[in-house]
Amino acid sequence: MLTNAKVVSPPSDDKRWKIIDGTMRRHGHQPHSLIEVLHTMQETFGFLTDDGLRYVATSLRVPYSKVYGVATFYHFFTMKPPGKHTCVVCTGTACHIKGANTLLAAVQEESGLKAGETTRDGSLSLLTARCVGSCGLAPAAVFDGQVAGKITTDSIKRRVRDFLGNETDAEILSVGEHQ
Amino acid sequence: MSTAPGVEICTLIIENRECGGRSDQTILDVAEEYGIFIPTLCRLPGLSSIGACRMCLVEVKGSNKLLPACVTKVQEGMEVTVNSERLEAYRRTTLELLFSERNHICSVCVTNGHCDLQSLAQKLGVNHITMPYLHPHVEVDASHPRFIADHNRCILCTRCIRVCAEIEGAHTWDLMGRGTKARVITDLNRPWGESESCTGCGKCVQVCPTGALSEKGQAAGEMMKRRQFLPYLSMMREVGK
Amino acid sequence: MNQDDLANIAVQTKQEESRYDHVIKVCVAAGCLSANSDQVKTQLESEVKQRGLESCCKVKGVGCMGLCAAGPLVAGEGNEKMFQNVTPADASAILDSIVDNKPAPENVVIDSHLDFFTGQKKIVLENSGEIDPERVEDYIAADGYEALFHCITKLKPLGVVEQVTKSGLRGRGGAGFPTGLKWTTVYKAGTGQKYVICNADEGDPGAFMDRSVLESDPHRVLEGMAIAGYAVGANKGFIYCRAEYPLAVKRLRTAIRQAESHGLLGNNIGETHFDFKIEIRLGAGAFVCGEETALIASIEGGRGTPRPRPPFPAQSGLWDCPTLINNVETFANIPPIIRRGGEWYSTIGTEKSKGTKVFALAGRVVNTGLIEVPMGITLREIIFKLGGGIPEGRRFKAVQSGGPSGGCVPEQYLDIPVDYDSLASVGSIMGSGGMIVMDETSCMVDVAKFFMDFCMSESCGKCVPCRVGTTQMHNILERISEGRATQNDLEQLKELTGMVKAASLCGLGQTAPNPTLTTLRYFMDEYKAHIEEGRCPAGICHPVKDKEEAEVGA
Repeated sequence: MLTNAKVVSPPSDDKRWKIIDGTMRRHGHQPHSLIEVLHTMQETFGFLTDDGLRYVATSLRVPYSKVYGVATFYHFFTMKPPGKHTCVVCTGTACHIKGANTLLAAVQEESGLKAGETTRDGSLSLLTARCVGSCGLAPAAVFDGQVAGKITTDSIKRRVRDFLGNETDAEILSVGEHQ
Repeated sequence: MSTAPGVEICTLIIENRECGGRSDQTILDVAEEYGIFIPTLCRLPGLSSIGACRMCLVEVKGSNKLLPACVTKVQEGMEVTVNSERLEAYRRTTLELLFSERNHICSVCVTNGHCDLQSLAQKLGVNHITMPYLHPHVEVDASHPRFIADHNRCILCTRCIRVCAEIEGAHTWDLMGRGTKARVITDLNRPWGESESCTGCGKCVQVCPTGALSEKGQAAGEMMKRRQFLPYLSMMREVGK
Repeated sequence: MNQDDLANIAVQTKQEESRYDHVIKVCVAAGCLSANSDQVKTQLESEVKQRGLESCCKVKGVGCMGLCAAGPLVAGEGNEKMFQNVTPADASAILDSIVDNKPAPENVVIDSHLDFFTGQKKIVLENSGEIDPERVEDYIAADGYEALFHCITKLKPLGVVEQVTKSGLRGRGGAGFPTGLKWTTVYKAGTGQKYVICNADEGDPGAFMDRSVLESDPHRVLEGMAIAGYAVGANKGFIYCRAEYPLAVKRLRTAIRQAESHGLLGNNIGETHFDFKIEIRLGAGAFVCGEETALIASIEGGRGTPRPRPPFPAQSGLWDCPTLINNVETFANIPPIIRRGGEWYSTIGTEKSKGTKVFALAGRVVNTGLIEVPMGITLREIIFKLGGGIPEGRRFKAVQSGGPSGGCVPEQYLDIPVDYDSLASVGSIMGSGGMIVMDETSCMVDVAKFFMDFCMSESCGKCVPCRVGTTQMHNILERISEGRATQNDLEQLKELTGMVKAASLCGLGQTAPNPTLTTLRYFMDEYKAHIEEGRCPAGICHPVKDKEEAEVGA
């Protein structure tokens, strides 16, 4: 067995690659640390890139196709850059029973976004989660990482308006909407 | 029969026939030695077995679950049923599900007449697809100079992935996504022709059960698969270990 | 650290706390935190300081108190006084109530003698809402790590396994496999490298028991795992936790660090020859990874696809080594079982289902939150007594247990005891503990479609029956809910449920038809209303008949 990873240089001189290197080193560049390393990459850059996957694959000695297969198997990982703000609507059972669908419709009405989409100006991403475990507070949503419970269509529209309103070029979106 | 340490000789009953086998053999291995037919699709001798297609499910007395014959080891006193009304119905439904999943049009397929999926369907008496077709939009990748990948015909058996990883040692293929959205991919989901790791050996094309992977320049029904190399290479690989 | 050191910490911590006349507990688990309980805590602290009460009054962050929907929750005077929906502005009134015994505003007071609280029996949750989850000293003061020290200094590994077997504990992840039997198998699997894995990939939508335990009492799970490691002969453990639970992960990391620095994990635990280390591995959003072979594949860094069993992980699991996999709640039951004996545990519950079970009660019920009840309690008691019944005077329709693998239980079975076998007899399962109550505003076809949609998108795609079968079943259910289905579709749906259940490779596919099967069995009239009359009785599924009428009209 190889004891040392082949020296591979990061895809760019971005300092943040050091963070990914750190995770890989902590796991001794073991191939089985792939998912942990992908978590670090997503946390650091917000999403996974082809260059990054190639770098991790070579550093951990995992086949390219396997790295890509793992990155696309798990829904937590994304290869699209997220918007500046994120709104995650929980669609777990308790939230479904209490009207998660009407919340999604409300966000769409306000922003034109469907689940999984980001506004053109990159100000907001709308996502869904299988269950955030806040069933006691259903229906729940997560705004920029903060869980909020007992959401109503009015309260979610207000949050979305705030997120969109923060951006000077949110206009682009409304132009897009009328097309 | 010489046996490795810890391996025992056992007798069992498969389809009312008394059979003998070693405890490191699967039900399928023993059944084949006795000429008892068990349908298979994802399995190919020489590659690891994964029990995924569920064609080889059998009933084993005392087990409340159906077991895949390709990976279930034999045990002393086992009683195995290969053909029952229920099993046969499940196998036909499994094939129907496969036909409904992608866009299988045999008349224009290069492997028409030499296809594992097609011949199994004929053998098991599938003559209608009662399930609505899912008609997914999938690509044809003709970027490789010698081969074509037509995902309309892929049944996700993963034989290509296994032969490439286990025999060729390149691990060019793998699966991306999950569920019915899963696809076989090369490298980082690049066109096959741009793959850095593909050696162009063509083993994947030969082991593919359908016309999903084929050689270029073939007309409908012309693509014959040659797999004679597999048992040999797999044996050599064992020896080299 | 040895047993004396442990006892010293316990005594010291208790003494410290007894110096205060009042301990005010503020819930800092995820539910209440999302309602800003951290601000409530800060405000209470500064209020205490302002009044100069620091020497007699302590504000303490604690884990989940259960009644999540009423959060943020605050409790004082040994839970005699409880407050709900607390905002920072209420801090002063709460202090008045606790310290000066003045009446607090009615809107924040909860009756601490509600059936919701008194109807419970807490074993797993005994420390939840009592101790500070971020302090190992608090856990030690609540008899923490005593069970581990007892095992490694007084019991042989087999003796530990015997206690667990005697307790009658069954796996709390859902399937209910006898825990003692699992431990025995791993114990007997040779003397080589073995692993212990804690399944904290709580994927059932509508379930948050494990999250709550990890956030409220993480050391309990670590102790349970270490005891398991000693019993089966493993020196390494992994906790596979959902990445969607950042607070649980954070508290686990803190707990592991504290345990290591106190010599409660690591090498030579309790100055014996027992070594045990625990690492966290993050899940990444795949429900199928709750299946043990898929979970192992994921820890090994690959796609979380299951493989056929046998061989079972107990014989050949992580990196082909014998591996013990139990769920969070199962491990959380271990320390009390060792402390008080397997015999004691086996007196709780029913003949075949021992002990208590934690449920996450949610949906159309007055009191939503977390409860721990003895096995054998009836569904009616849970929903109408502890849960307080259905809000807004509506009628109960069904209760869903077991998530996507479970079923919908109708009113006529509300009096069955809650245990593994009774729930199975009506087509549902115990599951990991999600319990979603539905009233007449829920459409059962829609519910069946919801769960099938879940299974379809969570299917790993390895085996054909689950991959394509769940898709086909989902499409039929969609046609039914849209009023486009025929009798033929219904027949095909029934056929597929049987086939997918029997022929799928792993538990996901084998149980995916359950929600559909139970709704077909108990709510056929709703299916018929959709198919034959083009009508959704609950008014959830959209235009069904309208389309036809429009066509006729044209």
